[in-house]
Order: sequence, then structure tokens, then C-alpha cells
Amino acid sequence: MSNANREAPPSAGRAGIKRELPEHFRDYRHVWVFIELERGEVHPVSFELLGEGRKLADKLGIQLAGIVLGPPCEATQHAVAEAFAYGADLVYLVEAPLLADYRNEPFTKAMTDLVNTHKPEILLLGATTLGRDLAGSVATTLLTGLTADCTELDVDVDGSLAATRPTFGGSLLCTIYTLNYRPQMATVRPRVMAMPPRTDKPVGRVIRHKLSMTEEEIITKVLGFNLDRQSAKANLAYADIVVAGGLGLGSAENLQLVKNLARAIGAEYGCSRPLVQKGWMPADRQVGQTGKTIRPKLYIAAGISGAIQHRVGVEGADLIVAINTDPNAPIFEFAHLGIVTDAIRFLPALTEAFTRRLSPHSHDKLAS
Amino acid sequence: MHIVICIKQVPDSAQIRVHPVTNTIMRQGVPTIINPYDLFALEEALKLRGAHGGEVTVLTMGPPMAEDALRKALTYGADRAVLLTDRCFAGSDTLATSFALSRAIVRIAETFGAPDIVFAGKQTIDGDTAQVGPGIAKRLGLLQFTYVAKIDSIDVDAREITVKRRSEGGTQMLKSRLPCLITMLEGTNEIRRGSLDDAMRAARSQIVKWSAAEAGIEDLNKCGLRGSPTVVKRVFAPTTKAEKATQIDMTDKTQHDLADELIAAIFTRQPALEHELAFDGGQ
Repeated sequence: MSNANREAPPSAGRAGIKRELPEHFRDYRHVWVFIELERGEVHPVSFELLGEGRKLADKLGIQLAGIVLGPPCEATQHAVAEAFAYGADLVYLVEAPLLADYRNEPFTKAMTDLVNTHKPEILLLGATTLGRDLAGSVATTLLTGLTADCTELDVDVDGSLAATRPTFGGSLLCTIYTLNYRPQMATVRPRVMAMPPRTDKPVGRVIRHKLSMTEEEIITKVLGFNLDRQSAKANLAYADIVVAGGLGLGSAENLQLVKNLARAIGAEYGCSRPLVQKGWMPADRQVGQTGKTIRPKLYIAAGISGAIQHRVGVEGADLIVAINTDPNAPIFEFAHLGIVTDAIRFLPALTEAFTRRLSPHSHDKLAS
Repeated sequence: MHIVICIKQVPDSAQIRVHPVTNTIMRQGVPTIINPYDLFALEEALKLRGAHGGEVTVLTMGPPMAEDALRKALTYGADRAVLLTDRCFAGSDTLATSFALSRAIVRIAETFGAPDIVFAGKQTIDGDTAQVGPGIAKRLGLLQFTYVAKIDSIDVDAREITVKRRSEGGTQMLKSRLPCLITMLEGTNEIRRGSLDDAMRAARSQIVKWSAAEAGIEDLNKCGLRGSPTVVKRVFAPTTKAEKATQIDMTDKTQHDLADELIAAIFTRQPALEHELAFDGGQ
């Protein structure tokens, strides 16, 4: 019974009641974006959120703050500087050795203390493994509303955050409000929002906050960290070109056709949700709302029908090419280029044609 | 050891249909399943019971028909099933859900013994929020490990546990203490086939059914719609784009002609791509 799972209320339902924000929440101001710093790197979703946060703050006429939690080191200072470069007006910084690796206990403590002290109106986090782990704990500690995996954030006429997300397994969209509680919390998946431009700016106002916790109080200890092997790391979300296969490929073996094309054009490969459920491909290759959201320059969907949950995960692509035998497949509703043909036969031809066109030999010929 | 696993009965998402006019979900006749992510947690719980002994209690909150999901969990080998069902839970968001489930777990602890581990799935396939697990952990003051790929070791006497937890760029190895809450990553194990004995037992089993009052929940303001800080204001179908895909004409063309034509169309629309592909691709 998650928030996405309620039946559609009638239009004059509970949401129609007059909003009366309790007195003690009225001084909650400003938009906060959690700057996700893990192992010295800022996750790009933090910058995407600063872009969205900027728009919300401007509409509400309030400030945008970046929240940096990290150990005292250069990477943390860099994260602070980057928050300003991507549009923050100020940064709240909790610097403590305990925050070197992500652990739920000290991060939840740092974030909830910050919220209770400085009182933000809106708090946004990336829907990553870290962000989701933290957001659920923070929202429960604060007893406020949290809307997961939003695809659109806006401000209502009365100043409330209108958080829109797919619901019912991605068949519909719903807009969710946190009316009588603060902060209004939301998470957004990487790549759902566009990357805002970066401009070099001097570091502005940094408000430091101490972490009132000692290592002895933290039960969980980090024993180690295994970095993913580069080859195993599917960087689907941030790839420039993605080729994905769906049920139309007919068998797990035919996924090789997708991989072949991907290799020929230097693309990442992926698949639609049913293929993961069938066990044809691992979950980290799933493209769509519940898998990876992608924003490539070119997306080629082979044998994918284009359910809404897939659509919301790929809509940000500059150019979507759909290959499907069914001329009425929903994917043709949002693809830019379509071919009604059998992907099993077409993919090898396309791979060959790309290889011919892109081989150094053919380029020599073009140049001469 | 005593393990509690929280599951959810969900509509089989592949078969959800949306009413074309009213934009509401047509639930009639849609088959329900145990949320697939929960099965990885259930299997892990059963494996741990196999290794360390003890009992596995399955818990769900939902309408009376959610009993079907619990009975299914019993066929896999769970020892006991608890259904938390009451009209007052209707409309619960994740915060209200974690409240109700955490109270039920307290009542389970009083009735059947305190759990050493509470499991949940990574997320559900209908809500996809991944928030209820962390919510329960916070409310019960349990240590929390989400996206766990592997439980490396458990020492029940020393109350120690080590886990591998999925993070963005790799795997974290963590050492902590029991009791804790774990959400299991998908694909980490394979759900067993229940034995015939378990199937027979499941059919005969009495499912423990608790109303809010029976679960010891007194503050109904924390339940259902009243206990939910989030409000769904609007449910709608995504707008369809006015412009549909430009179809490449198929008439009298071989697959090779089609491929060449598609590539030409791609590079016409995205001229910069040809240059990038020539350098990055083709390896």
C-alpha cells in the first residue's frame, strides 16, 4: 500500500480539502538538494536535481541549497564548489571523518539534524541505492511525506510541491502532494531530469554543521569495498548510444543480435522489463522506469512494444528508433523513426550496414 | 533464530488494464502474485533457517484476499503467516504502511518471540518506492541494510552479521549486529520449489489474522489515509505526442536497403552522430 498504490480519488476527494499548514511548519523555507558524494565522486544525479531545484526555488522566490555530507578532504570541498557551479545559492556542509563511507546511521543523523535545525520546505534526493536508503530513513524519522522516483516536479498555485510519478506498474501517472507536513521530500532517478549547464562560480555561503555522533555510537562498520570491474559495469544510464531488445526477439539467444549491433557502433546494450523477469538479461541492463532511465543521443529499440513504464525511461533520448513487427505497437507513438519489420532479421542487416559505413576503409574512400 | 519476512500481494503487472475513459485501474479478474522481489527475501529467510534453525514468520498487510499470498508463502516452507487486515488501513502511503507493519512486528515479537532479522523485498512492482523497508527499520530502531546481494555470515550467539550491500559503483562489505532489517536484491538466489508436505501443511494452516486493535494499534490517526502525509491529487494517462514515428517505407526493399535507409535517416536527423560513431564505434 505505497503512496502510488491508492485508488484514484474522486476529483473532489480528500485532496480537495483546504490546506492548513500547521503553525510549526510555517517557517520551513528553501529548496534543498542532497549532493550525493560517494568514494570521492559526486553522483551526476545531484547536478540534475540542482537544475530542477533551481526552477522550483525561482518559482517560489526562495533559495536553493546544496547539502554536502562527507569526510574532511579535497573531494568534499570539490563537491561544495560543484554545488555552486550547478546553481546552488548556498551549501550546508557536515564534514566529519565518520561520513567517509556511506552508512545509514551517521548519514540519517546528519541529514535529520540539518533539517530540524535549518528547516527546508522541499528536500530532493537522487533515487540511487544510497539516496533511497537514506531518504526512507530520513522521511520516517521526520514523519513526513516522501514521493519516490518522480518524473516531473512543479509548484502548485498555492506553493505546494506537485510531484508526478508513474504508478500502477507504470500504466498511469499520478501527482502527489505532501500537504500538511514539511519538508516535502522527493527522489528522482538518475537521467530523468536534464543536466543543467555548469558555470564557474566562486564558492558562496557555506553553513557548517557539526555531526553530533561518535564512531562508538555507530554499530555498523565498513569492512571493505569492491569496485565493480570496468568491464562488468554497465554504464547504461549515461551512455550516448543505447541498443535494447524486447520480447519481440523471441529468445534469449537472439539477444546476441542486440549485443552485436551495440559492439559495432560502440553502444551500451539493454532490454525491456519482461526480459529481466524471464531471466534473459541481468536486472542492471533493464531500461525503463523501474530499470535505468536513459538520455542517449540515439536509442534503438528492437522488438520492444513500448509500455508506459518503458516510455518514461527512454523519452529523454534525442533520437528514438523503433523496430517492431506490429505497426500498432505503442512504441511508434513516441519513437522518431520507425520500421515495421522483424528485428531478428533486420538487426544483422543493420549491424552490417553500420560496420560498412563506419569502417576506416570506407572513410578513406570518402576522404579521397 | 526467528525471522520475519514482510511480503505484499500485488496485481500481476503484465495484466493490468486501464479503463480507457475513466483512467482507473480495472482490477476485476486481474490475477495476483507475491511481489516478485519478495521471493528473494523469502528464499534467503528459508536458507538461513536451514543453516541456523528456528522459524520463519510471513507478514502482510492487505485486504482479506491477501491471505492467498500468505498461503503461497507457506507452500514454500514458511512456518507461520500473519495477515494484518482492517478497513482503517485503506489508503495507507508508505509512512502509514511502515507504521502498521512495525506495530504488527512488535505484536509478533510478543506473541511468537522477538525476530533476529526482518526481511523485505527490494521494492514492490506496483508501487516501486523501496521506502517501506527502511521505514519499518527506523520505526523499530533496527539496523538497516538495503540492496543486500549476499549475507556472508551470521553468528546468532555473538549477534553479529556481515553482508555485501550493492552500492552505485561496487559492493560494500558491512559488519553489524542483530537484530536488523534487510532488503534483498533481486537475482541473489533462486526460490525453491515447495515440498509436497509444505503444500499440504499450507492448505491446512490457520492464518493468524489481526485487526488493528488485535495488533495493538491504538492510534488510528497514524493509519490509512489519516496517517498518510502524502495525498494523490490526480491520476492521469500520459499525453500522447501529436507526432508519431516517421515510418521508413518498406515497399520492395531488402533488409539491406532498409538498413542503409535507416542509417541515412539517423544521420540526417543527428549529423553529429556520424562523426562520433566513426571515432568511437566499429571496434
